[in-house]
Amino acid sequence: MSLNDLFGQIPGWGEYVPSFVQMLIIAFVPALLVVLAVLTPVGIMGVYAERRWSAFMQDRLGPNRVGLPIWFDGWQRDYTGKPWYIKLWGLGQGIADGVKLLGKEDFVPPGGDAFLFLSAPLVVFAGALGIFAALPMSDGLIAADVNVGVFYILAVGAVEIIGVLMAGWASNNKWSLLGAMREVAQVVAYEIPMAMTALCPVILVGSLQMTEIIAFQQGGLNMWGIDVVGPELAQWGLGWNLWRAFPVNVVAMVIFYICVLANLKRAPFDLPEAESELVSGFLTEYSGMRWSLFFLAEYGAMFALSGITATLFLGGWGSGPVFGALSLVPVETIDLGVGMLKWTTVAGIAEFSWKTVLLMLLMINIRWTLPRLRIDQVMSLCYKYFVPFAMGCILLNGLAAVMGS
Amino acid sequence: MTGTDVTSRVVQEDGTLSDYWVPARNAESEQMVVNMGPQHPATHGVLRVTVKTDGEVVLDCEPMIGNLHRCKEKIAENLQYGQFMPYTDRLDYLAAINNEEVYARAVEKLCGIEIPERIKYIRTIVAALGRVSSHIFSIGVYGLDIGAFTPFLYCYRERERANSLFEKLTGGRMLYHYYRVGGVARDLSDEWIQDCLEFLDIVEDKSKEYNALTTWNKVFKERTMGIGILSREKALAYGITGPAIRASGIDFDVRRDDPYGIYDRFDWKVPVSRGEHGTVGDCWNRHWIRAQELQESIGICRQAIDKLPPHDPKLTPKSIYQPYINPNVPRMLRGPKNAEVYVRGENPRGELAFYIVSDGKNMPYRCKIRGPAFSNIQVLAEISRGYLIADLVAIIGSIDIVLGEVDR
Repeated sequence: MSLNDLFGQIPGWGEYVPSFVQMLIIAFVPALLVVLAVLTPVGIMGVYAERRWSAFMQDRLGPNRVGLPIWFDGWQRDYTGKPWYIKLWGLGQGIADGVKLLGKEDFVPPGGDAFLFLSAPLVVFAGALGIFAALPMSDGLIAADVNVGVFYILAVGAVEIIGVLMAGWASNNKWSLLGAMREVAQVVAYEIPMAMTALCPVILVGSLQMTEIIAFQQGGLNMWGIDVVGPELAQWGLGWNLWRAFPVNVVAMVIFYICVLANLKRAPFDLPEAESELVSGFLTEYSGMRWSLFFLAEYGAMFALSGITATLFLGGWGSGPVFGALSLVPVETIDLGVGMLKWTTVAGIAEFSWKTVLLMLLMINIRWTLPRLRIDQVMSLCYKYFVPFAMGCILLNGLAAVMGS
Repeated sequence: MTGTDVTSRVVQEDGTLSDYWVPARNAESEQMVVNMGPQHPATHGVLRVTVKTDGEVVLDCEPMIGNLHRCKEKIAENLQYGQFMPYTDRLDYLAAINNEEVYARAVEKLCGIEIPERIKYIRTIVAALGRVSSHIFSIGVYGLDIGAFTPFLYCYRERERANSLFEKLTGGRMLYHYYRVGGVARDLSDEWIQDCLEFLDIVEDKSKEYNALTTWNKVFKERTMGIGILSREKALAYGITGPAIRASGIDFDVRRDDPYGIYDRFDWKVPVSRGEHGTVGDCWNRHWIRAQELQESIGICRQAIDKLPPHDPKLTPKSIYQPYINPNVPRMLRGPKNAEVYVRGENPRGELAFYIVSDGKNMPYRCKIRGPAFSNIQVLAEISRGYLIADLVAIIGSIDIVLGEVDR
């Protein structure tokens, strides 16, 4: 669809070529909608899941009561004097926190660089948001299916570093500065094995495009030149890149996933904001909504990069147990009631969701289990182990591709 | 020393790189002085450490103490002997019961008061319980320093049980005022003893969990082994006591080497680091000694409960307002003229001692408190030079200071 077709669909515009400002508005409205409709729920659910899951792990209760209070005065209050509320199993906690953070002072530390300090969260947030553009959530549910998808994601994901460096530098706080230094050292280092292992599926597929990668994994599995699984069985998830060039891509996926953890600054790689060492690292001076933007970005990126991991190695929305089970029933004949909705879209959402949620829960599990690494250990893990192993993975994947995987 | 130093590792004799960094004079970098604390999550209270850093490497540091000074020794000079007892709770507030024991023993030695047999056992039980409770906390908080949050909450789960036990016995969850000169506040009930045994079983079971999450965790070992090595000589020179000195390979425990109480009647051993794991005197060994002492204290507590003599009717207080003490203790305690005592005891954090000078009044002429944490924190700069800031946090945590005792 060209831009003219797009604008042509707006009633009354026809062949009218819009001005630059109109184009901007038309581009911004859907982007805003994506922020509100995707990232905010992801952030709230992510925080809720983290709190609840860590509470289960740690023998605590976690937030399990907070709902939505009903504020009309008069009839709502029963004899206990408490406001009535809609019970949401603690899901209201995220909203309550959001309201609290909105009410906080937008503090700029004296002596800090106000412009950099105030704009840093936006840069970080933009980086996280950018990943969503190329995140294939289901059949047709991808904002921009660019032909350099993997490349785009790696590039956009790295924007965050600039924001964190800005935050650390502009805070006029030595702990913030140390945190930002750690962040840059760590994330830049881990970009390397992350990009290398992301290349492994790309070599097999022969394309950087997300939909191509997913479509490839729906096909039969050829392992080291031998046809192992046909397309029928591949629907069950046997065609995933994880199994291709076995066991090379299992190693590649583990490395990729750990690099994702490091890039997200999740424990055990949470050195930039190491609570017990650097107070809060680059977040020390932030408060209120700007602080929560960092958090929203973190959970958004968590979701997006889990989804990318699932797409690159676990078949994305395209294949897996859900599609396998649905292949047993004549699902194509079922009328979904909405003309445009395809059954693959519905099944794809389920497929994508369970993989992503599982990977996110694994991140949470790791965070609440392991102690923090030290910066030199983080770096040696990357350069001494991950980079050579990732290089080996690329080499062997190339071999597998030549052999006709 | 500004402007020209960067740091690097040293090639050791066996060809490997050292764990610590030293300044190398071949490139330019800038030094920075960072204030760690008094409001810092890892300084265990209101300790302030000024750290001279080069990037992340600690070139020098100095603990600035005194933020929590409350004139404990002067207070002691203005209170009657028994009245100072609750103030000793506030020294090492994580093991309050053990502080009381040393002070009570000091006053008893000064005034020549004998302790009935059952009360000796009761004191041993609660002191061992205090040590269990304190070490649980130390292990958990050390996990928190290293960056593992979950062990802290696991440990706190058990510490809450210990607090409830103490609450049942003394009325306080943290600061007890249970000891009296010549005895304790009240007798142990059978129900309490059952609860205590149940608690010990739970701790023994759950300590495997703590060890799995901290002691034997690969990341934890990487972070703490070979870090902050406190040599034998340095430990002796600085007067380090407690788990820290035993981790440096010196077999010293006041309970055994300057015997007091009834510890010679039980089967227990002093855990000493011999270099089975890591390096002798490193952070990991200090943590490991604590984890082992936890087990030993559980054993002492169980044995003491097992051998607890029956209640002597002569000790029955005349009313519920009266403590469970030796009935021969006078209503007004007066020390002898021109007498002085120095009594020391093994606390969870080391050797706590009270030096009391008496001039015959009902108040001490002078009361000097020797706190283990005060001596232990002095070595911080010695053992943390050349390590990273993250290691400095690990070292502070492994020395296990309580600021209430450092500053007194």
